Amino acid sequence: MNAPVPTSRPAADHDGLPQRDNENCGPHAVLRDRGQREVFCGLTGIVWLHRKIQDAFFLVIGSRTCAHLLQSAAGVMIFAEPRFATAVIDERDLAGLADVHDELDRVVGRLLERRPDIRMLFLVGSCPSEVIKLDLSRAAARLSGLHAPDVRILAYSGSGIETTFTQGEDACLAALVPGLPAAEAAPAPHSLMVVGALADVVEDQMRRMLVAFGIPNVQFLPPRRSRDLPSVGPGTLYLLAQPFLTDTARALEERGAQRIAAPFPLGVEGTTLWLNAAAEAFGVSPERFREVTMPGRNRATQALERYRTELAGKRISFFPDSQLEVPLARFLAREVGMVPVEIGSPYLHRQHLKEELELLPTGPLLSEGADVDRQLDRCREDRPDIVVCGLGLANPLESEGMTTKWSIELLFTPIQGYEQAADLAELFARPLIRRTKLVA
Amino acid sequence: MQLTVWTYEGPPHVGAMRVATGMRGLHYVLHAPQGDTYADLLFTMIERRTERPPVTYTTFQARDLGSDTAELFKSACAGAYERFKPQALLVGASCTAELIQDDPGGLAHALGLPIPVVPVELPSYQKKENWGASETFYQLVRNLAGPHALPPGAERIPRADGVRPRCNLLGPTALGFRHRDDIREITGLLGQMGIDVHVVAPMGATPEDLARLGEADFNVVLYPETALQAAQWLQRSYRQPFTRVVPIGVGATRDFIREVAGLAGVDATALLEASISRMPWYARSVDSNYLTGKRVFVFGDATHVIAAARIARDELGFTVVGLGTYAREFAREVREAAKEHGVEALISDDYLDIEARIIELQPELVLGTQMERHVAKRLGIACAVISSPIHVQDFPARYAPQMGFEGANVIFDTWVHPLMMGLEEHLLTMFREDFEFNDSAGRSHLGRHLDVVPDAAPLPMADVAEPVAAEPAQSASTDAIPAKLVWARDAEAELNKIPFFVRGKARRNTERFATDKGVNPITVETLYDAKAHFGR
Repeated sequence: MNAPVPTSRPAADHDGLPQRDNENCGPHAVLRDRGQREVFCGLTGIVWLHRKIQDAFFLVIGSRTCAHLLQSAAGVMIFAEPRFATAVIDERDLAGLADVHDELDRVVGRLLERRPDIRMLFLVGSCPSEVIKLDLSRAAARLSGLHAPDVRILAYSGSGIETTFTQGEDACLAALVPGLPAAEAAPAPHSLMVVGALADVVEDQMRRMLVAFGIPNVQFLPPRRSRDLPSVGPGTLYLLAQPFLTDTARALEERGAQRIAAPFPLGVEGTTLWLNAAAEAFGVSPERFREVTMPGRNRATQALERYRTELAGKRISFFPDSQLEVPLARFLAREVGMVPVEIGSPYLHRQHLKEELELLPTGPLLSEGADVDRQLDRCREDRPDIVVCGLGLANPLESEGMTTKWSIELLFTPIQGYEQAADLAELFARPLIRRTKLVA
Repeated sequence: MQLTVWTYEGPPHVGAMRVATGMRGLHYVLHAPQGDTYADLLFTMIERRTERPPVTYTTFQARDLGSDTAELFKSACAGAYERFKPQALLVGASCTAELIQDDPGGLAHALGLPIPVVPVELPSYQKKENWGASETFYQLVRNLAGPHALPPGAERIPRADGVRPRCNLLGPTALGFRHRDDIREITGLLGQMGIDVHVVAPMGATPEDLARLGEADFNVVLYPETALQAAQWLQRSYRQPFTRVVPIGVGATRDFIREVAGLAGVDATALLEASISRMPWYARSVDSNYLTGKRVFVFGDATHVIAAARIARDELGFTVVGLGTYAREFAREVREAAKEHGVEALISDDYLDIEARIIELQPELVLGTQMERHVAKRLGIACAVISSPIHVQDFPARYAPQMGFEGANVIFDTWVHPLMMGLEEHLLTMFREDFEFNDSAGRSHLGRHLDVVPDAAPLPMADVAEPVAAEPAQSASTDAIPAKLVWARDAEAELNKIPFFVRGKARRNTERFATDKGVNPITVETLYDAKAHFGR
């Protein structure tokens, strides 16, 4: 790791050097590398999850670093009264002068007293709480005993040693699954669960279409309010709306639910295939499917046209961030004619990305878990027209003359579905157009 | 375990990053888990730095904990040396790495790198950002300048005749509040006094520059939060005296000039006689009459709070109704300043405490950090930022120092601008029912409409459905108003005819008056009796 930089692309099979393979990624070569990872930890997911589940509170059990991260990642204090906070572990807790569980009970008691509107409390584990082996699941069970039935208390880990950025949402949703109400057993599929946090506006659009197909009982995880938890059982089919939900999918399958394999709903094609996978699973007629989706498909295709002019032929590279990189590259390549050069992702879930990888044109380098310095070397050599990267890298790359797109915006903006397809393309067009406008 | 919503300071390793990022030719290898790289964005986004901070993080994950994190640290050090070729390496651990006790200092030394390796131990569960910056700077200075220190008992060789005196400027870091511009302003001021600046550190200095700090005649400590400890060491090791006055405000700048003139042995009479700042005249111009007695609350780091309180009272004619700091290391100094202003200092880093105090005091102007900016915005109180923590708008494109004479000009503009202009204030008071020109329409020169102008204080944290119109602000006030105190309907209406920027004070005074006199409910008569009792 962090070995001297090779100036050309590294060869395979050197000890400590990046390795290439194409294991389960179809025709795509995958570069696997280890080294400094310039990524957020899973705690960052709290920034959108606390807005999504409106009566939930997220209490991180961690250090001042955790509190500082949330404050910085949240665009610094957008919300006067956020539904998240950090219980900062101090010396007394570590030295055993204070019983950590007593301290936690006290903090939670104080918090719930101040926020009687809270119905669901997540105790969120962090790097320090994991390293000192603080058992938050046990704490959650104990505290649930104290505060039930008013407040349900759950635990998950958003620590950087276990989760990368969006994997925090995965851990949170997976923690919800065991508590989901049981659906009645039935021989045929009787309900659809859309899994993964979506902007409310996107969720409403999707719900309207899925309901119009005639699919019975369309539910979303996470729900907007904790009392509206979807039910799950052997008759439940689930459709992933986000590509980073490994543990949640596993937990749902343990409850008997079955995954509908599909690409992700980015762009016209992605949205159509995603909706169609659900429609087919529920025996919706092709006529009905066309009738429901055509207006949106036509609108989106038309709206994308102007961005195709701006974006076609432009070369793009991704630094690893949210696991959305492969679906985004697929959309940009197939629908607006961009040319992916390197697609870095923190983790490539071979199974969940199968349909995406089949659609992705060959050519770009797929890299998994890169070393940031070595990827920067590759990026400077490749000189793509636009680089998708985190906030720590964007300005330095801009000052080197490269155009960048902040990757975090792709998580904080409604981008899925027909009505947002052009908005998604616009996010990439804007920095490029801006650069041509600035002449001074 | 402390419940924290927002924090004034980051962990101590972020302080170390502020020092390392300010310097050149230094690289910091930080043993830290995946995710701690978030700190880079503070520098690249808030300060708009064009380069990544010179930090390599080991970014270990759970699977590494089972194997060998120490080996990971060593390879990260070796890799960083190879790639960045720094003059010196700073090594340390973040909060999680501290728990796994890998000893970054020992591991880095074992590599036998041909450059100085400076280990910093920053206890994350005990200390915070400013302490981390101070400790890091001190360790760097001690390690790099230490080898050239004077032997015990030896005296400095006096400066030869005809040689211009020279000093170091100590304290400015990356992500510091106006540090960039303060350096330029003070360098210019010293130049006018015939004094050269030898080394500015940490900002802009290389490890080699730190090694020659002892060559200067004395040190100027711009920010004691970062530089005091290093300056004290330099005084012991090189017999270099250092300045105590921080030149923020006209009065302090003049005191600073006198202090520096004494240390450098130069005559500054001419400079002191020249009236360089516009602030004293602007404060004396008739227009500024309306600033008289404006009630201000001051909060931030110790240096800026102490300076701001002095400017507020002595240079603008405000009344300091409260002051405090989040920096416990400097609590004593802030308490002394508070005593001088006849108020009790608030020493706390719990932002809810500070919010409660602002609600209780109902100031007309808040001078604080970006936290107080948010609180003040919510309460509809005018606010100016005087101290870190700060946000992107506090790194203006223009030259905007806080120190020296130009700094005083900047401060006058920044503090006065959010307030109601003089004649506008009178007109609002006279014609309360003008449908266009009233206080809920917002200040005309600010181009922004206030959504709410709360004069009843919202409860911190709690979701308040109905405003507590008949109750005073909830607070830990010692002279708390009994909650059963009631306002008669017409008295409430009369109160609302008072402009919002003094309404809070009027409410508070009237309620105190009513409580003292045992009057309940409060009538229009009580309102005017209280006004007569307290004056404006």
